[in-house]
Amino acid sequence: MTRYYLKLGLLSIRNNPVLSALMVAAIGVGIGACMTIVNIDYVMSGNPVPHRSDVLYHVQLDSWDPNKPANEPDKPPDQVTYLDGTALLDARKGRRQVLSYRSGRVIQPEDPDLRPFEVTARSTTADFFPMFDVPFIYGEGWGRSEDDNLVQVVVLGKEINERLFGGVNPVGRTVVMNGDTYRVTGVIDDWNPIPKFYDVSNGAFNDVEEVYFPFSVSIAKEIGSHGNTNCWKPTGEGGWKAFLNSECVWMQFWVELHGADEHRVYMTFLDAYAESQKALGRFERPLNNRLHDVMEWMQDQEVVEDDVQVLLGLAVLFLIVCLLNTIGLLLAKIMRRSGDISLRRALGASRGAIFSQYIVEAGVIGLCGGLLGVGLTWFGLKGIEILYGQFDFVGNLVRMDWIMIFAAIVLAIVSALFAALYPTWRACRIHPASQLKTL
Amino acid sequence: MLRMHNVSKIYRTDSVETHALREFSLTVNEGEFVSVTGPSGSGKTTFLNIAGLLEEFSNGSYELDGKDVSRLNDGQRSRVRNEKIGFIFQSFNLIPELDIFDNVDVPLRYRGLKAAERRQRIEQVVDLVGLGSRMHHLPSQLSGGQQQRVAIARALAGEPRFLLADEPTGNLDSGMAASVMELLADINRAGTTIIMVTHEAALAKRAERNISVRDGRVSSGAPVHIASAATA
Repeated sequence: MTRYYLKLGLLSIRNNPVLSALMVAAIGVGIGACMTIVNIDYVMSGNPVPHRSDVLYHVQLDSWDPNKPANEPDKPPDQVTYLDGTALLDARKGRRQVLSYRSGRVIQPEDPDLRPFEVTARSTTADFFPMFDVPFIYGEGWGRSEDDNLVQVVVLGKEINERLFGGVNPVGRTVVMNGDTYRVTGVIDDWNPIPKFYDVSNGAFNDVEEVYFPFSVSIAKEIGSHGNTNCWKPTGEGGWKAFLNSECVWMQFWVELHGADEHRVYMTFLDAYAESQKALGRFERPLNNRLHDVMEWMQDQEVVEDDVQVLLGLAVLFLIVCLLNTIGLLLAKIMRRSGDISLRRALGASRGAIFSQYIVEAGVIGLCGGLLGVGLTWFGLKGIEILYGQFDFVGNLVRMDWIMIFAAIVLAIVSALFAALYPTWRACRIHPASQLKTL
Repeated sequence: MLRMHNVSKIYRTDSVETHALREFSLTVNEGEFVSVTGPSGSGKTTFLNIAGLLEEFSNGSYELDGKDVSRLNDGQRSRVRNEKIGFIFQSFNLIPELDIFDNVDVPLRYRGLKAAERRQRIEQVVDLVGLGSRMHHLPSQLSGGQQQRVAIARALAGEPRFLLADEPTGNLDSGMAASVMELLADINRAGTTIIMVTHEAALAKRAERNISVRDGRVSSGAPVHIASAATA
C-alpha cells in the first residue's frame, strides 16, 4: 500500500501545486536556516580524530602565578613551559608523547624563477605523525634518532610539495628553509582535522601547518613561536636561553595513554613531577594538573562558541515557526479534500488507511522540503563564507558533508510528519457519511 | 439478507432532539430489488446511511448477511462496507484526478487484493458497464451517464452482496437514466441485492418492492404493483 499512498501523495501535490509549493517552501526555508547553523555547530563540535580521540590526552601543569590562576575558574595554563615540556618528553612515561609549537619558515626554492615564500611550520617531535594518525602520500615522518641528533629533516604538506616539486615524490630531496638545508622524509596527504585539536590555543579552526620539522632542531636554531606565548613573570636577561628557562607557556604537550590504569599512572607521575618542581621553588599553586582526552579538551576550550549555541536555538525556533505554518497549510489542504476522504471511508478505507495515506503524502512534501532545504543550506553556508571570508578559518567551518545532507533530509521528513500529525488526525475523524451529500 | 428491527436514530444538539428514524423495521431478502421512496426529511437518507454502516444508530438491532452489525467498531464497519456493500451516489462521487481504472481500483486497494486480481476484476466490471475502451480516461472526459456507469463498476468490482443506490439517475437525462436503470436491473438479475432511494415513481416501479418511509418509519412495504395501485 505504501506505493499506492506514494502515488496518491504525488498526485495530490501535482493537483494542488500552489499549496504544496507553499508547504515545501515553509519546510525548506526552516530546514535551510536550521541546518546552516547546525552544520557550523556540527563542524565545530565534530570529533577531529575519531579513531584515537579517547587515547590522546592533552597535558596541563599548573606552573602559574601563585597569586592568581592562569584561567578562571582555577584552571591551569593551556600550554606548557619549555622546561616542563622537555621534562615530560624526556621522561617518556606515555606510550607516545608529542611536544610541539607553531612556528614559521621562509622556503627558498631550488628553481631560481621562484621567489622565497613564507610557510606556516610546526616544530614537533617524531611521535606527532603516528600519534595523530597523519596520512602520508609519500614517505613518512622521522624517527626519535633524528630528534635526538638534531637531524635537519622536514615533512611537507601536499600543497607545498606541489609548489616545490610539482607533486612528484620528493623523499630524499632537500628543501632550503631560512638558509638551512633539510632532507624531505615525507609528504602529508589531505589532512585538516577540524577543530585543529592539537593546538586550539592558536586557532581551533585554522588550517594545519604547511611544513613540519624537528622540535630539537627548532630549539637549537632559536626559532621562536608564531603562536600564543603567555608569561606570568618576566623572562629576565639572557636572551633565548633565559626564555627557555622562563615560566612562559608556549608549547603543547600530548601523551598517548590506553585505559584507566595508564591514565591513573600518568596522573600520578604528573603530580610527582609537580611536587619535585615545588621542591625547586616552582609550582607554588596547589596541585592542579590535568589530563583531558580530545573531546574533553575541545569542551574545556569551549571550541563551540556560545554565540553558535544561541544561533542554533534561534534557528530551531524558526524551524518550529515554519512547521506551525506547515500545519496550517496541511490542515487547509486536508480539509479541502474531506469529500475524497469521506468517499474513501465509505468505500472501505479504515481510519488507519486514511492516516497512512496523508502521512505518506506529508513525507513526500517533507522530502521535497528537505531537498530544497539542502540547497538553501548550501546557499546559507556560501553566504557566511562571503560575509566572513576575510577570516581564514571560516572556510573550514562552511563545509557540508553527506552526513549533514542526509541529516537535513531526514530532519525535513521527520518535521513534516510531525507537522502532519494533527491535520492527519483530523482527516481520520472525518465521518464517512459527512461529505457524500444525500447518502 | 438485511434485517433492521426497531432501529431508531436520534440526532441531539444542546437544545434539540431530532428523531430521524423511529422503530424502523425492515427486512430485505437476498436478491431483492427494493426501492425506497418518501418525502424530503422522511428518513430515507438516514436509513441508507445506517444500512451502509456509514452511521451508527441509537437503538434497535441490525443484521447484515446473517450477522449482527450493531456493535462493530470503526475498523470492522470499514471492512464490512468494503467487502459486502457497494455504493452508488447521485453525484457519482468519482475522484477527479484518478482515471477510470484507478477509480474502480479504490475499494479493491482497501481489500488488499493482489495487482493481477485487481486488474482482472476492474477490466471485467468496466467492460460490463460498456466502458472498456475508456479505461484510462479521466472522469472529466466522460458524460454524466458514463460517469455513473464508472461508479456502478466501482460498486460492483468488490462483488458486494448489497448495492445501495442513492438517486442513481438523479443527475442524468432520461435516456441515460433508462440505460443506468437497465444496467441495475441486469445486476440484480445476476443475484445482487439492490436497495435504491429515489424520488421518481417511475423508477421506483422498476423495483420488485417499494418501501415508503414517512416520519422515520416504514409507512408501507408492498410489492410494487400494490404500492403503485395505492398511490393511484
